[in-house]
Amino acid sequence: MSRKKTAEEYQKTFAFRFFRWLSGEKDPYSGEVEMQPQKEYQPDPEAALRREKEHDAIMDKVYDTEHNKWMHLFHRLYQATSILFCLFLIALLLVTVSYLPAIGTVTRPVNNEVSGRYIEKGLEETGAINIVAGMILDYRAFDTLGESHVLFVATITVLILLRLNKTEKDEAEVNDRRFEPKNDAILQLVATFLVPIIIIFGIYIILNGHLGPGGGFSGGAVIGAGLVLYLNAFGFKKTERFFTEKTYKWVCFFSLSFYCLAKSYSFYTGANQLHSVIPKGTPGAILSSGLILPLNIAVGLVVACTIYAFYAMFRKGGF
Amino acid sequence: MTAFQIILMGLLIVCAVSVSFSKNLLNAILIYMSFSLVMSMLWICLESPDLAITEAAVGAGITSVLFFVTLKKIHAIDASEPDTKEEKENE
Amino acid sequence: MGPNLFTNYGEAVSAILFCIGFTNLLLQTNLIKKIIGLNIMDSAIYLFLAEKGYIAGRIAPIVVNGVTSTERYINPIPSGLVLTGIVVSVSVTALMLSLTIRLYTRYHTLDLDEISTQLKKEGK
Repeated sequence: MSRKKTAEEYQKTFAFRFFRWLSGEKDPYSGEVEMQPQKEYQPDPEAALRREKEHDAIMDKVYDTEHNKWMHLFHRLYQATSILFCLFLIALLLVTVSYLPAIGTVTRPVNNEVSGRYIEKGLEETGAINIVAGMILDYRAFDTLGESHVLFVATITVLILLRLNKTEKDEAEVNDRRFEPKNDAILQLVATFLVPIIIIFGIYIILNGHLGPGGGFSGGAVIGAGLVLYLNAFGFKKTERFFTEKTYKWVCFFSLSFYCLAKSYSFYTGANQLHSVIPKGTPGAILSSGLILPLNIAVGLVVACTIYAFYAMFRKGGF
Repeated sequence: MTAFQIILMGLLIVCAVSVSFSKNLLNAILIYMSFSLVMSMLWICLESPDLAITEAAVGAGITSVLFFVTLKKIHAIDASEPDTKEEKENE
Repeated sequence: MGPNLFTNYGEAVSAILFCIGFTNLLLQTNLIKKIIGLNIMDSAIYLFLAEKGYIAGRIAPIVVNGVTSTERYINPIPSGLVLTGIVVSVSVTALMLSLTIRLYTRYHTLDLDEISTQLKKEGK
């Protein structure tokens, strides 16, 4: 049974003083020992600087890579070991290669029934004359969709890494000009002739992806190269009229979602043995082979935009 | 055709080795560019024209341009470095 | 040693190229040269795959005159795989180069050893 004390009474007890002393709230010597008033602490900038210098000197001595014998020895050892390892790897791989079946023979295990099926039924089932295009955009279209997304994700990551805000971007543009010949007459004249040809060639490669060598990836890269040349010759002011961050966003969004929806439809009808409304057309005509032509265009747009975006972001940290 | 292929492959190895031994970064990038061009010729020999077009546009064109821009950016950072140092000292 | 080392010269070259690229990765301290080494390794793998699909005396897999017999065309599968790989390698290169630029703006050097020394001095 405990008695209830008032606050004043409690403060006079021994326990209260003991616990207060224990927790250090009151200095037991204060008022009983003669003390000098303490000076207020003032940071000394010179001492701080000296300490920093000492720290730096110690760190320089500790991590003195140029005069460290063990470091040198380790470096030499590392180089020798890596060269030996690579020679060993070359020998190992060459021995392995020497046991592989000979190049150019039909009996290699790679030439199995899968590729036979692609060659024999490819024209009939996809309508594409270029068997590779029929393969990557019809039989293995999911693969290509994933790759387009890899490009998109890579652009976004580069944007995260290199993005600058507005004032920094202006500064970067000024720096950019210092190293770039502005309004170079020869470059502009050559670009006036070359850019339309390059872009038309890229469009030709994309549109003929199912008829000959080429397709979305190579055509898109050619168009992107043309855009980069245009940008180099005429500067950002001209390209910003038709290509901004918004353009990139919407082009990529529409291309990728169109690819997704179109391939979903064709996989759905194919898996359920339904009749697809997309006509195959006559092989060899430009409007043929079902979905391959529009898918090539979608992939080409994504690749061209990605390459231009890479270049613009490396140049000035934004579109 | 076989002799041509062997010459091209020898060029590939020469290019790859000389990248490691070139002191100048710009030289290394140019040698890599020629490596890609030789590669795209080799794709034609191996009967894959799709790959040849893609390699010529992507490997020799876009990749080297990206390398060049990186080099230029690095030089630009170097040139603007004194300014940032002065700012730091002023702070 | 097997019998086919000199008939498989393409694959042998791709193995050597792979090892050269790998040596570059191990020995070069410059970041840009390391990236070039990685690209050479990429190309070596593509060369190996394409050599797998090559058949002597046959033409590229583009149908000529409507002939669809297996005896006429080379294997199209490696071509498709490599086509995908080349474009992905570009985006990987761009990503690595942008990381290099970030490192350079922070440490003002491209040398990986110097960067790691500076990191240690900062106590990280």
